Amino acid sequence: MAEVLLKVDNLTKRFGGLVATDSLNIEVEQGEIHAVIGPNGGGKTTLIHQLSGMLKPDSGSIHFDGADITHLSAANRCHAGMVRSYQITSIFKDFTVLGNVAMSIQAKEGHSFRFWKNADKDFDLTEKAMAILDEMDLQDRADVLADNLAHGEQRQLEIAMALATAPKMLLLDEPMAGMGREDSERATTYLKSMKGTYTMLLIEHDMDAVFALADRITVLVYGQAIACGKPEEIRGNAEVRKAYLGED
Amino acid sequence: MNYVLLAEQFFNGFQLGIILFLVAAGLTLIFGIMDLVNLAHGTLYMFGAFFASTFVALTDSMVLGMIIAIPAMLAAGILLEVTILRTLYERNHLDQVLATFGMILFFNELFLIAWGPEGTGINLPPYLTGMVTLPGGIAVPEYRMVIIASGLLIALFLYLLVSKTRIGMLIRAGASNREMVGALGINIKLLFTLVFGLGAVLAGFAGLIITPITQAESGMGESVLILAFVVIVIGGIGSIKGAFIAAMLTGIIDTMGRSFIDVALLQIMDTVAAETAGPAISSMMIYILMAVILAIKPSGLFPPKGA
Amino acid sequence: MNLQKLKTPLGIYNTILVLLCILMPVIAPIIGQEFYTDVFARIMIVTIAAISLNLIMGYGGMISFGHAVFVGIGGYAVGILASHGIESAYIQWPVGILMSGFFALIIGAISLRTRGVYFIMITLAFAQMIYFLSVSIEKYGSDDGLTIDARSDFGVSFFDLNDEMTMYYTTFVLMCGCLYVSYRMINSRFGRVVRAAKSNDERMHTIGYPTFGYKLTAFVIAGMMCGLSGLLSANFEDFISPDMMFWTFSGELIFMVVLGGMSTIMGPLGGAMIFLFLSEVLSNITNSWHLIFGPFLILVVLFARGGVEGFLAKFEKRNG
Repeated sequence: MAEVLLKVDNLTKRFGGLVATDSLNIEVEQGEIHAVIGPNGGGKTTLIHQLSGMLKPDSGSIHFDGADITHLSAANRCHAGMVRSYQITSIFKDFTVLGNVAMSIQAKEGHSFRFWKNADKDFDLTEKAMAILDEMDLQDRADVLADNLAHGEQRQLEIAMALATAPKMLLLDEPMAGMGREDSERATTYLKSMKGTYTMLLIEHDMDAVFALADRITVLVYGQAIACGKPEEIRGNAEVRKAYLGED
Repeated sequence: MNYVLLAEQFFNGFQLGIILFLVAAGLTLIFGIMDLVNLAHGTLYMFGAFFASTFVALTDSMVLGMIIAIPAMLAAGILLEVTILRTLYERNHLDQVLATFGMILFFNELFLIAWGPEGTGINLPPYLTGMVTLPGGIAVPEYRMVIIASGLLIALFLYLLVSKTRIGMLIRAGASNREMVGALGINIKLLFTLVFGLGAVLAGFAGLIITPITQAESGMGESVLILAFVVIVIGGIGSIKGAFIAAMLTGIIDTMGRSFIDVALLQIMDTVAAETAGPAISSMMIYILMAVILAIKPSGLFPPKGA
Repeated sequence: MNLQKLKTPLGIYNTILVLLCILMPVIAPIIGQEFYTDVFARIMIVTIAAISLNLIMGYGGMISFGHAVFVGIGGYAVGILASHGIESAYIQWPVGILMSGFFALIIGAISLRTRGVYFIMITLAFAQMIYFLSVSIEKYGSDDGLTIDARSDFGVSFFDLNDEMTMYYTTFVLMCGCLYVSYRMINSRFGRVVRAAKSNDERMHTIGYPTFGYKLTAFVIAGMMCGLSGLLSANFEDFISPDMMFWTFSGELIFMVVLGGMSTIMGPLGGAMIFLFLSEVLSNITNSWHLIFGPFLILVVLFARGGVEGFLAKFEKRNG
């Protein structure tokens, strides 16, 4: 039995009369890629906001790596080893690609109260940043301003920044958002290559990617997990089909 | 403890609160709906004072002069909005701050040239120069009651406008979600112009109604403006209710605080020290209030968007 | 620093600015405008304030509309101590700088809890509060201000700020020092954090940076540097008054930073020079120079947001 890295218990969040997540229970095992799918409005984004610390749940708890992180700040969750990437690209547009990744590395490394030494010449940071860029095949774009990247490259940078914090677990919020066929396939390939090294909670609409990557899938409808299991089980689940496709 | 004096100071504070409310209401709407940092709002206040003074001199009637000034304010506000301010909506706040700052400098100078440093004023007609005596022997100047009464009437009107009419609904919707209102197919440009015009009239009215007591002079807008900022920060940007409550709070605390502090300090320290510390502390009080409220609720007391 | 850069239009412009500062005491008497030396001394003093504002506003995105207050605090430290007979620079200057830092800590700790528009207004409000405070204290001159009889005393005979040349070049050296310090800070790890927080504050949190502490540190450092400007101002003018911290001065500082070129190292120098020089020249022509200046401000905002440095940088791109 694999170890459970992330345990979400009875997570509930309300916005006025709307219940976004409803007594939600999810378990993510160490080393797996756990996908969360479901129709729009199902609560996936609210889930990620609560996991990453941007929203406080109304009730329920979140345990990560054995510790209760329900009330931990976003920055401290990152230090605990859980980092998220964004559905709508959220990078440092006026920094270079290398600069963006270096920022993540600096976050991990600390020593940010150095006022004198030129950070561009800080080989500690730049070497490690280049290594990540190599992994993501972005090394040729290192000196390009992040704002000038193509959309697919920006999505890659999104993930590179998350990886640079050397996390135990990645919360990936629709990494394929806005990607064409080619880019999606490339993204699926490198996410697959990261399997085992990083545990991932993957929120996605792109079903090809989900079924190619996921070890297990949870289906979220109206804030509740209506099914959880291996991809083949989910594919055959009648309730899931109904939720997605309406009456057959 | 002289309760009569305190009660009189209370009315004084009430009056300040009304003036602040009129200025802050427009400011908070313009902010909340158009996301425009309008430093020149104090200038609109000044416009009101000078317009009214001019019309009163021309018509030789305080009431008539003031009444004519109101549509003049509306026209001036709309003119400013359509020419300069409209281009600032898409700009970031820094640009808005600088551009409206430039407007302040320009208009202050213009009015200084036109009317000189002494400015101008309005003389109260004889029937308004008396005092009203309230139960308990509290004496309040008649004109102060006029200011308070008209301010409360306007507050009532605003409340009805915002909560009961269609325009009011658009205003409330716009304050909490600008993009949505645009998506509803409403003529946003027109709405913005109208809101700005409303703000201009409110600020201008505050300026004209206070002129008989103070003066109309170049630069009069800025001290009111900064207090108005404090008011809307305390009340919550975009909220008229917040502006009203915060304005009253501010006006009363500032005015009564000043008298209170002097008295209180004299009990615990000698005259010389009290005379130094007194004005110092009273001028800081309203800002301390702001700091305390912000420490507890950084978005103000009644933010319409929710925290 | 890259010497090649000096050959570009931008490099030439910046070199000229610095040369003007160095040579003005020589040039001014030659062209018969002795008072230009004073103007340039003032320019350099204000530049230091502008540099500190650029640190937090240009690079950090914190639009402080109350920055002039720190000039006042530095100045009042000198003035108040001098009026009590304490003329030693070794007491006055550290006190001035530390007091500015202290006030920046308090104002920053409260204001930085807010964002955007709220931040602008709160810094304005706090600055006004301190302005009114200093107006109300009769003992130190209140509205009229306080004259300072002797400048800060360094206790050595060969270095006397009462000598105008010493005053001028001390200011010059300190200004260059501040330029260099800001250069190093901006490119350091700390500077990176502040700039990234301006670029995308939320992302900073999710990669592990609680940005509040860093922003506050930058705010305090800027406050202290601005206090230095105040110290120099008090010495140069032999006078302090609440006007040093009136909010319009804060607005002018913001304008100088934008005019010179926001988030560039040399921008503040150019901005201060152009602004102060223009206002001196214009005010000699007419008392109502605000009539021209106001619209000028609006035009710069609408059409020249990158300031002079931004404009010249475009030249490089077209030719290079």
